[in-house]
Amino acid sequence: MHASSTLILVVAVFAASLVEMVEALTIVVAAGVSRGWRPALEGAAAALLVLGVLVLVVGVPLIRYIPLDALRVVVGALLLVLGLSWLRKAILRASGHKDPHDEDKIFAATVAELGAEDASAGAAAMSVSAQSPAGTPAQSKKHDGVGFAVAFKGVFLEGTEVVLIVVSLGAAQHRLGLAALAALAAAVLVAVVGLLVARQLSEVPENTIKTVVGVMLTSFGVFWVGEGAGVHWPGSDLAIPVLVGFFVVVFFAFTAFMRTQLPAPATEKATS
Amino acid sequence: MKVITRAVRAFGHFWWDFLVGDTPELAVATGAIVGLAFLLDGQRIVGAILLPLMAAGFLFVSTYRGRRRAPRP
Repeated sequence: MHASSTLILVVAVFAASLVEMVEALTIVVAAGVSRGWRPALEGAAAALLVLGVLVLVVGVPLIRYIPLDALRVVVGALLLVLGLSWLRKAILRASGHKDPHDEDKIFAATVAELGAEDASAGAAAMSVSAQSPAGTPAQSKKHDGVGFAVAFKGVFLEGTEVVLIVVSLGAAQHRLGLAALAALAAAVLVAVVGLLVARQLSEVPENTIKTVVGVMLTSFGVFWVGEGAGVHWPGSDLAIPVLVGFFVVVFFAFTAFMRTQLPAPATEKATS
Repeated sequence: MKVITRAVRAFGHFWWDFLVGDTPELAVATGAIVGLAFLLDGQRIVGAILLPLMAAGFLFVSTYRGRRRAPRP
């Protein structure tokens, strides 16, 4: 396997994990601020553990028992669906046809949602504690449960896509360990930066990173579908950087076309 | 039994959402690209040109479909 495709694998997994973990951290911080840090961090850690186990349970048998060509077609197809969908969103956002991802908005919405639940739980607990003093521990237990569940769900749902990318890219190149390490490094980086800057997550250039990941996943997808089906790429693995360059040009060309020829109406809100 | 049914349904729902979701044209695109790749088995230059072009073409169609439109008068 050529060094350039290994580098692209690491960058793609790292960037995808970075984006998804930023989204997950927004929810974890919101849960921590509203419900307490212990359940939120426990929920996040539990989700990361489950995601790690998923990588092992799904990834290792794929590498061991599925013929490489068949694996590459399936993995290439999965990466194509994912990559084209990320690229589509990136083009729509860059050309003003879709609102950019707003971490501050997500943070505020999650805090408000948890606050509303807090108020209703508090009211219920007051009516219980008026009848019995045993109501207080039950209430704090429930608080723990909600904070844990929200953080777990946030990290698990955002991380599922990362698991798919890690397993797909790692299995197709027989580099599952390297792919998992790249994802883990991004998760640790986001956690450390998140702790340092609390919730200044809107500063992360998420749309740009999503564009980069979309380009890489689409390039890998096209390459592996072709490779697995028997198409011989000129230059073998060196075709991957060429495909990356092609899809970068496609991204800029389509964005410019959408911006100039099909400008978004100013008053409408985003579509899907 | 109910738990298994629910899990299977959730699993199917996840994959449907992931593969088709609100952009069925991208699922069709992927199927078409895979099909073309098998048709081009062994073709060196033709495959290297047609597969990325086809992906770009479907991407354009999907982006065009997803654009924000002005409200009808």
